Amino acid sequence: MRHDFFDRYSRQDTLVHRASAAVKLIAALALIALILVAPITAVDFFVALGLTLVVIALVARIPWRYICGRLIWLEPFVLGVAALSLLQPGGLWVFLTIVVKSTFCLVTMVLLANTTPFAELLSVVRRAGVPALLVTTLALLYRYLFVLVDEAQRMHRARRARTFHRGRVGVWRDLGMIIGQLFVRSTERAERIYAAMLARGWK
Amino acid sequence: MHIPDGFIDVKTAVGTAVLAATGAGLALRQAQRELPPRKVPLLGVAAAFIFAAQMLNFPVAGGTSGHLIGGVLAAVLLGPAAAVVVMTAVLVVQTFLFQDGGVSALGANVFNMAIVAPVAGYALYRLVRPAIGLVAAAAFAGWCSTVVASLSCAGQLAVSGTVAWNVVIPAMAGIHMLIGLGEGVITALVLVAIGKTRPELLDQPDAPVGTLVPVGLVVALGLALFVSPFASSWPDGLEKVAEHLGFDTKAAETPMVPAPIPDYEVPGIGSPAVATALAGGIGTVVVFGLSWLLARMLVPKKPA
Repeated sequence: MRHDFFDRYSRQDTLVHRASAAVKLIAALALIALILVAPITAVDFFVALGLTLVVIALVARIPWRYICGRLIWLEPFVLGVAALSLLQPGGLWVFLTIVVKSTFCLVTMVLLANTTPFAELLSVVRRAGVPALLVTTLALLYRYLFVLVDEAQRMHRARRARTFHRGRVGVWRDLGMIIGQLFVRSTERAERIYAAMLARGWK
Repeated sequence: MHIPDGFIDVKTAVGTAVLAATGAGLALRQAQRELPPRKVPLLGVAAAFIFAAQMLNFPVAGGTSGHLIGGVLAAVLLGPAAAVVVMTAVLVVQTFLFQDGGVSALGANVFNMAIVAPVAGYALYRLVRPAIGLVAAAAFAGWCSTVVASLSCAGQLAVSGTVAWNVVIPAMAGIHMLIGLGEGVITALVLVAIGKTRPELLDQPDAPVGTLVPVGLVVALGLALFVSPFASSWPDGLEKVAEHLGFDTKAAETPMVPAPIPDYEVPGIGSPAVATALAGGIGTVVVFGLSWLLARMLVPKKPA
């Protein structure tokens, strides 16, 4: 599986990528705050915002097809929850506001994730005073996420290769087994990582 | 249950952010106190484990599938404080890298899924474990944690004026009473699997009850703020709540689309709050029995 589908373009070398991570993080958060407080009738603002995002994407050389792909993947969640807001008086207006605003916020975040390596974001939040334990946990999560996803997929494939068709109950039992085994392997991996960290002078 | 950007208003975003920061901060300090240094990498790898486990889809009827959320599983395996840290890390990465859940709703999402689910779930797990055993207690707590977290989420959407109370609470509670069944079963299956290969991993020392109190207070406060307005509006009219919170003006006089359920009422029961509470109560009793049955099926009998 391709493991970098969510931040594939974060390690390019463009003007936007070279900008400081702190600036990009603050700018993205400020932009989202603006989007959320702006009234939906402020069409000028949303047009200007859209143009700004397009320019950033162009300068950072992030393909529009990629951004659209991410949106198509993410939009169903937005529409699903937003649909509930139709069930009230004046709901259509609420629905439109939510969908427009969250789409702009999604694009902003897709751009942030694809112009800033996660490690740089972590060092910004560490300097901002986020506790070290949480930052270490985040860093290890990012590092080992797809190692474990791969491990789970290998176990799943190995199981399927050795088993004829199983009923639904069997599939659930197998998946439960796989997740359980994944936890066992995770604890063993964590012990090896600790030994390796000590060997490299961590304290 | 991940709330995207734009679904909650400023007061809810700020309120939930404060609650989430307080709860996660307390849990971090506690985890730092009680975890030996050699367990520090385990938190990160366990967070990756929860994330990876969430990506495995379990087939449900008709081509749909469900997946684990993992709050109770993490709490049972690592203890409640570590579970809050792990789940918070998962949500932060989901927000910033996967755009799953909004930045402005990060506080709300962390509160619901990283604090309410593991802490309330763990408290229930400890409460019922002496009576029905580890596996059944974890299954029951897994179901309850999903339902309570979804109620908290629904309350935040309603307080924000995004969705009407009488629609969102029954809808979210109803859907998650079903989704929670999957959560309970998967949690039980995983614990049974771990028990078969490395039973010592399940023999973690229990967190002292006293250490649950500070985070527990944060959970109680949040639920009081976001869920109780719904229940307390009984008997006459949610409009009072709307008026009180100031979002009644948003309900325009001429609705653009007629509400399909203008006065949501279950026959014979006067208020959606009462109906929801009643359904929840019955559901809880049924699931408690089911958890016990599930554990009877899964856990091999010990030789006498």
